[in-house]
Amino acid sequence: MPMFNMVQAINLALREEMERDDRIVLLGEDVGKDGGVFRVTDGLLEIFGEQRVVDTPLAESGIVGTAIGMALYGLRPVAEIQFLGFIYPAFDQIFSHASRYRNRTRGRFSCPLVIRTPYGAGIKAPELHEESSEAFFCHMPGIKVVVPSGPYVAKGLLLSALRDPDPVIFLEPTRLYRMIKEEVPEGEYTLPLGKARIAREGNEVTVIAWGSMLERVLKVLAPYDAEIIDLLTLSPFDEETVLRSVRKTGRVVIVHEAPRTCGFGAELAATVAEQAILHLRGPILRVAGPDVPVPLAKLVEHYLPDGAKICAAVDQLLRY
Amino acid sequence: MPKTIIDTFSVSRLEILDTEGNADETLLPDLSREDILRLYELLVLSRTFDGRALNLQREGRIGTYPSILGQEAAQVGSAFALEKSDWVFPSFRETGMHITMGYPLDLLFRYWSGDERGLRCPDGLSVLPVSVSVGTHLPHAVGAAMAARYRGDPVAVVAYFGDGATSKGDFHEAFNLAGVFRPPVVFICQNNQWAISVPRSRQTAAATLAQKAFAYGFEGIQVDGNDVFAVYSATRQALERARSGGGPTFIECYTYRISHHTTADDADRYRSSDEVAEWQKKDPIERLRRFLEKRGYWNKEYQQELEKRVREKIDGAVQKAESAAPAERSEIFLTVFESCTPRQKGDLEVTADADV
Repeated sequence: MPMFNMVQAINLALREEMERDDRIVLLGEDVGKDGGVFRVTDGLLEIFGEQRVVDTPLAESGIVGTAIGMALYGLRPVAEIQFLGFIYPAFDQIFSHASRYRNRTRGRFSCPLVIRTPYGAGIKAPELHEESSEAFFCHMPGIKVVVPSGPYVAKGLLLSALRDPDPVIFLEPTRLYRMIKEEVPEGEYTLPLGKARIAREGNEVTVIAWGSMLERVLKVLAPYDAEIIDLLTLSPFDEETVLRSVRKTGRVVIVHEAPRTCGFGAELAATVAEQAILHLRGPILRVAGPDVPVPLAKLVEHYLPDGAKICAAVDQLLRY
Repeated sequence: MPKTIIDTFSVSRLEILDTEGNADETLLPDLSREDILRLYELLVLSRTFDGRALNLQREGRIGTYPSILGQEAAQVGSAFALEKSDWVFPSFRETGMHITMGYPLDLLFRYWSGDERGLRCPDGLSVLPVSVSVGTHLPHAVGAAMAARYRGDPVAVVAYFGDGATSKGDFHEAFNLAGVFRPPVVFICQNNQWAISVPRSRQTAAATLAQKAFAYGFEGIQVDGNDVFAVYSATRQALERARSGGGPTFIECYTYRISHHTTADDADRYRSSDEVAEWQKKDPIERLRRFLEKRGYWNKEYQQELEKRVREKIDGAVQKAESAAPAERSEIFLTVFESCTPRQKGDLEVTADADV
């Protein structure tokens, strides 16, 4: 089986699905001739032509808005926003329109589009290129939010997102794009949206992470008897898997790189508190970015949850 | 080197029917007597609907409502040029378009009364829900038009919006995308001179809105928006251009909002009654009536019979709207996604229990 990194796995998913489904159209800045700034759409223009791989003007709101119109008409557009930090002009389109068309028309029209965007810190990129504002989108009813943590799951989740009848935001952790190589089968396999994955079984503590933090958590917690959950879909998230694990271990640590306040960890913590508080042997802990803008490269490692902070939280909980 | 002129543009304005009901015969569109009478009936129906909606609002039977008074020709005339298969992305002040496209009147009443089921466009018609967020629906029209072209469908897409929307970023992005990709889209601005209390002169320093199209590389034209023939003609031409691969067109319908912004507004706070009175003299329906009378198509009996017919139609729609079965509480969950999320299912069960 071929070994692929995440860029190649996503590229493969797009190519295979575009071959299968002529409703899929890609649009975004530099997605065509340039193949995307991370080369995720490399070679697709040559295969599928300008009607299906559309280099657009530099206009995030217009790109998402155009994709919405295409989706309403019956296509399955995939809009690329070059970096998550540039998505904010399109916020109105996502929140006021993409998330609501199905409901406003009581199902007569729907908006099956995917917005792919690189996200997360740790690639020595300029300002606004390393954001992790996933929680904004989790707060929008009508939008699904998916975060792969490696090549294999990226392909399976993207295929599901492309076939989903509703809008999906697909956040691709840039730090992982070329870091991990895995066996990625050619041809069809899908991973369902809304299902988490137990990345490692364990008994003493549940650690929940997603995206690039998963890789870090797996590495630094190797010596611990920790059950590590890769959330994969943040909205709607897999409450069942989270709660089952928490009830087993009685301890939970949530790790994310976004700022702590109103980060997605807050929702997870509230859910655990509501549903499983009597199973807990200690407080629900979050290891998150501080409430500051993501710093540039020289200081970013002080911002991101690192091995020391993650282990300290787990140790604190185990001693509680 | 001397400066050279590298480009020039000129803005056209189309007028066919004057306030006295005289038409420029050379410009008069190719419409049969039946067509013209149909236009007149749609105008009267739109105005009567509007008046009834205002009354219903005062009686507390519907909620906040945006009147179209004075803008009927701009809406009816443009929509009359559309095919049933065309797609329309309206703003919230295009009731005349809805009526002309055959959108059920009872659904319109229901929407404005707060029943969201009123936005469920009937099958066979593609009138998208009104955009309450100003101007943000314009890129959707571009996308739908690109999709129609990709599919090879003979469909044109029309977006309606007001003068206020031309100040928004999405107006720029949509126009720019339309200019670059040239899909079959027609942008129709109802320039009614007021965005709530802000006059057209505060929206842009440009002399006309129509000229904005030139900067995006496509045609723009201003029409007398109170002249149903001019609006119809310009729209038909734009649709022909769209369908034949000639790209987008921008039509500025120069008209006036006679009424308040909505029933929640008091326009006397920011504009003079003299200005309103001047525009009332340019009434779009009266001038078509005069035209019809001059041609011998109109008399008082016809008017009475028409008004009776229109009233009955609206009475029927109000009755139908008000006798519609109330929505189930559970309905708020059912179409957010194709199928409910686990959390929605949980809340749905609690809500459904409360229904019982």
